[in-house]
Amino acid sequence: MQAFTRLDAQAAPLPLANIDTDQIIPKQFLKTVERAGLAKGLFYEYRFDEQGREKPEFVLNQPAYKNAGVLVAGDNFGCGSSREHAPWALMDFGIKAVISTSFADIFYNNCFQNGLLPVVLKAEQVQQLMDEARGGNHVVSIDLEAQSVTSPSGQVFTFEIDPKRKAKMLKGLDAIGETLEAASAIDTYESKVALARPWLEGA
Amino acid sequence: MRLMSGKTLYDKIWDAHVVAEQDGEAILYIDLHLIHEVTTPQAFAGLRANRRAVRRPDRTLAVADHNVPTEGQELGVDAVADDEARLQLQTLGKNVEEYGIEYFPMGDIRNGIVHVVGPEQGRTQPGMTIVCGDSHTSTHGAFGALAHGIGTSEVEHVLATQTLRQTKARNFRVRIEGEPAPGVGAKDYALAVIGEIGTAGGTGYVIEYAGSAVRALSMEGRMTLCNLTIEGGARAGLVAPDETTFEYLKGRPATPKGGAWEMAVGYWKTFFSDEDAVFDREIVLDAAKIAPSVTWGTSPEDVVAVTGTVPAPDSFATPDKRASAVRALDYMGLEAGQPITEAKIDVVFIGSCTNSRIEDLRSAAKIAEGRQVAEGVRAMVVPGSGLVRAQAEEEGLDQVFKAAGFEWREPGCSMCLGMNPDRLSPGQRCASTSNRNFEGRQGRGGRTHLMSPAMAAAAAIAGHIADVRDFL
Repeated sequence: MQAFTRLDAQAAPLPLANIDTDQIIPKQFLKTVERAGLAKGLFYEYRFDEQGREKPEFVLNQPAYKNAGVLVAGDNFGCGSSREHAPWALMDFGIKAVISTSFADIFYNNCFQNGLLPVVLKAEQVQQLMDEARGGNHVVSIDLEAQSVTSPSGQVFTFEIDPKRKAKMLKGLDAIGETLEAASAIDTYESKVALARPWLEGA
Repeated sequence: MRLMSGKTLYDKIWDAHVVAEQDGEAILYIDLHLIHEVTTPQAFAGLRANRRAVRRPDRTLAVADHNVPTEGQELGVDAVADDEARLQLQTLGKNVEEYGIEYFPMGDIRNGIVHVVGPEQGRTQPGMTIVCGDSHTSTHGAFGALAHGIGTSEVEHVLATQTLRQTKARNFRVRIEGEPAPGVGAKDYALAVIGEIGTAGGTGYVIEYAGSAVRALSMEGRMTLCNLTIEGGARAGLVAPDETTFEYLKGRPATPKGGAWEMAVGYWKTFFSDEDAVFDREIVLDAAKIAPSVTWGTSPEDVVAVTGTVPAPDSFATPDKRASAVRALDYMGLEAGQPITEAKIDVVFIGSCTNSRIEDLRSAAKIAEGRQVAEGVRAMVVPGSGLVRAQAEEEGLDQVFKAAGFEWREPGCSMCLGMNPDRLSPGQRCASTSNRNFEGRQGRGGRTHLMSPAMAAAAAIAGHIADVRDFL
């Protein structure tokens, strides 16, 4: 997993609530057996018309936001399907952090598996960033160690994050490797359960 | 205060599966891991790259469901015209063979939608932890199992360790009390709950459904209710197991037999919320006040009674919600204030992990019997599994549907998400028994109205959204 420490990047405003994972990456891109290359499907129906031409009005198609590294979005971002293709597509496009008032649970989890930072801020702070991101200077800075977001005008907002998740994100740790260090505890649990609930064995 | 009180059903399942705990993060043992073709190829690739094994192939079950066409399945993957979809199915076939995982491939009568197959085979049991790379894994909570969707990295984690790293969610109880009016059922309850709490209302919680109306539901109804829990933002829904649960499970292929059955039932009966358990949040709904419900917009919280009208964007509280409502009305081709029954239907889809079980098909067939699908409407029925399909045929439901003008298809996820060839065309309006009315979900530009199987059948006959009570 990619580590996340700090980021200075252009922020793109996406002022809609309930942006679901079907919008982030539609179904036709889920048929891949690879993780890479999903940027082409990111926000496909927002970005392209039926002939596959770019829709100039969509924020990520505008020259000022083409290299955005941060999305500022409405409430409940990432709801819907569990597809990890959503964070894969965002990262493949170059988005490294998403700021919203809230995230759907499974998407939030999936972000931390991939080094994509979901930042939860208060409604008025998200609105402020949304407004500033529409302006000429729309570079925000995110410092994970300090748990802060600095707006283009220099306002600093702090955010909460689970300390374990933060630590893993800062180092880009592999969760499986870490869990396998507890293999003997898993062995013990399994032998205990095999005795207590024998009908589950050999199912 | 917490120490003094009893435990919730969720607390009990959680406690029974903690392998180790550190700083509020638990390594939680997973009893059953369901897998399918779409969210697993990258997980197996990860295992291979790190030379890791599958820890418990015997606790893993694979099906082919998201991509499969709903005809010609006896041909196996050769029936799949799409090269990418075929490769994904072939990849699953190779992976399960290499790692020794049980698999019901396309064409196997036991195959079907993963959340129909698990319970049907008796693999889903009370008190279990169950995960799958699919958000509707919440379905299995109907059995009193802690079940939720995970991403592909977590699929890889479970394959390698049979555990998941989890922080505990909060407890939320939804009580539905009383008797529903005729024509109202689990789907209407679920839509009413989501309409009440919103699509993010359950975020961070596990929801336990309780109350006399929930107790009175069949297992199929409970599965519908738990299935839609994720649409309210909660990852998992739960119903405490009872005689209805045990009756459903008895004699299924993977449930214990003989003395082991008694032992298992004794264990399952320990899974309920204690009288003095404390819930962080609780709401109570009166079943009698819930009407047959449909969605008008592009989020499952956009719910209206079938007797109601399309709301005005101004009626929403926040700017982002108002913007979303304006966008939704435009996308759906509806106007504020319009009675929802004015919406003319092009396609009817009866199927999906929400509503494709035998009871769902029976309730739709009851409305369709002796009637005709309206002219110009394409109506399809996609049973949830080969076994559901066979049972429906034994009961003659296929004949009822066909006589009424419905297509009788083979099992799979189908038009719920349109990964296979069953898709809406731009602008087509669909009465659908599925779970998501998101933009483009059933096909680019497609307009989805969620509703119960009986309501979808009524819409097929009427040619527009209709009140099922006029058809009873």
